[in-house]
Amino acid sequence: MTIIRPARPFPWHILFFISPGLFIYLTVSVYPLLDTLWLGFYHEADDGQLSFAGLNNYSKLLFNAIWSDPFWNAAWNNLKFFIIHMLVQNPIALLLAVLMSSSKLRLRSTYRTLIFMPTMLSVVIIGFVWQLILSPIWGISENFLYSIGLGHWFDAWLGKEGSALITLALISVWQYVGMPMMLIYAALLGIPDELQDASVVDGSSGWQTFLYIKLPLIMPTIGMVSILTFVANFNAFELIYAVKGALAGPNFSTDIMGTLFYRTFFGFQLQQGSSTMGAAVATLMFLMILLGVVFYLFLFQRRVQRFAL
Amino acid sequence: MKLFNLRHDSSKKLMIHAVLISYTLIALFPIWVVIINSFKSRKAIFNDPLALPTADTFTLIGFEEVLLRSEFGLFFSNSMIVTMISIFCVLLFGAMIAWALTEYKFPGNLAISVIVAMGIMIPIRLGTIGILELMSSLNLVNTLTSLVLVYIAQGLPLAVYILSEFIKQVPKELKEAARCDGVGEIKIFFTIIVPLIRPSIATVAVFTMIPIWNDLWFPLILAPSDGNQTITLGVQQFIGQYVTDWNSVLASLTLAIVPVLILYLVFSRQLIRGLTSGAVK
Repeated sequence: MTIIRPARPFPWHILFFISPGLFIYLTVSVYPLLDTLWLGFYHEADDGQLSFAGLNNYSKLLFNAIWSDPFWNAAWNNLKFFIIHMLVQNPIALLLAVLMSSSKLRLRSTYRTLIFMPTMLSVVIIGFVWQLILSPIWGISENFLYSIGLGHWFDAWLGKEGSALITLALISVWQYVGMPMMLIYAALLGIPDELQDASVVDGSSGWQTFLYIKLPLIMPTIGMVSILTFVANFNAFELIYAVKGALAGPNFSTDIMGTLFYRTFFGFQLQQGSSTMGAAVATLMFLMILLGVVFYLFLFQRRVQRFAL
Repeated sequence: MKLFNLRHDSSKKLMIHAVLISYTLIALFPIWVVIINSFKSRKAIFNDPLALPTADTFTLIGFEEVLLRSEFGLFFSNSMIVTMISIFCVLLFGAMIAWALTEYKFPGNLAISVIVAMGIMIPIRLGTIGILELMSSLNLVNTLTSLVLVYIAQGLPLAVYILSEFIKQVPKELKEAARCDGVGEIKIFFTIIVPLIRPSIATVAVFTMIPIWNDLWFPLILAPSDGNQTITLGVQQFIGQYVTDWNSVLASLTLAIVPVLILYLVFSRQLIRGLTSGAVK
């Protein structure tokens, strides 16, 4: 005896749920990205004619001094930008999160709300705000430094080649410290009290409890914060553009991948914009970000045990 | 002994408060300085930047200039339109995809999940050249529509990810009971699932909104002129033009900051709950 199964009707409802969002995502995000990666292999003649150029754009970008000097300058600056975030932003965030999670602290939600506030604002706005505050014309920061006896330290930090990038990175740190703080704070709240109590009963000091109990447990979060910082930094553009313009002055000392991409694509001063060279820069940015993500997934995620709590 | 402990404890608390208060001041000081000075006369801005506006120094001239010389109202409503439509579509389409991916087994489920998940890590900005080409072939350059489309694509991956986590928590019995009663799948989604995940929708909305409202890159590239500027781009262009007019610069900064701050204070609970409940971990 055979059971005749009714043919399953086509699952129209699945199509209904998936298609609108997926259609927009594929056409506006995935396709343009692939298109850009593909365009990086082409050369655009002055009349707009495209011809296949293989890896030419990349060899220009990486080895031909006219292109490679700005490229390596931007890549190196971007790395510095990222390192400053890792060394300043994430430790401050960790410290604030640990302090905030200490038990029975009053006003903790007020601190949380207020410290997170700058993160909400547009980078453009933040850039201008700090430009005004650090401006020697207005003199707020100069007077402040004099009042605490450090007046001789004051300088036009944003205008000097040696200090502009560091200053901009610190402004960015100031703005975004709330995000890692919040994520680490959430992870700290997730640690069961019994674990901490047990370590206290065993006689460990507050510092030891932090170092041997809490820190290992929030390691996955710290790893995630690092990769988020990495992606955000290698994709940054607005702050530099708002404060320094597309030329990322003085003398390209604040140029990062985002501003280089923008200039290559749209052109500036005497150099004409080129969509194919811009696409090559975008492809290299894509590879850098991919490298960071893969590095994180394979090395970090795997080595750090996820504690099932 | 007990007394000693108590004192030790409270001095530790005091230290913690001291550190947190000083950092809070660092976080708020620049915003504070800009807002108070936007209400002062030019002379007072330079003479005593840290003083509050007094009856003598109070003036609204900066705001008047900004509102007269630029189209702030228009930019503001552009930003509102773009943000609202984008958020609505991200939430609706995002929840629909999240539901389909978590609820049904079908060929292509894994592939779609992976493609969408990649969007969380890979910034949409890298495809800018392709996006500009696409928009110009669709005749959408310099329209708000192009921005809306980009922001929907930008917001979807994270929305799908967060909403999936919440949809997984909806008890099976509810769905099964509805199916036994012969309720259609689409009706189940809109009448049972959507109301149940409403709290998480607020979280996703706030997360989606901030990068859209504050974005400069895509307005700069896709809709830079003809009164289609968003508020962020409008402020950027305005300040570039009037950089020496401190009253106007400070006023335009204040006008750009205050709405976001108000919105943040209204929604901060939702946002922080979303962050700390582990939805984004």
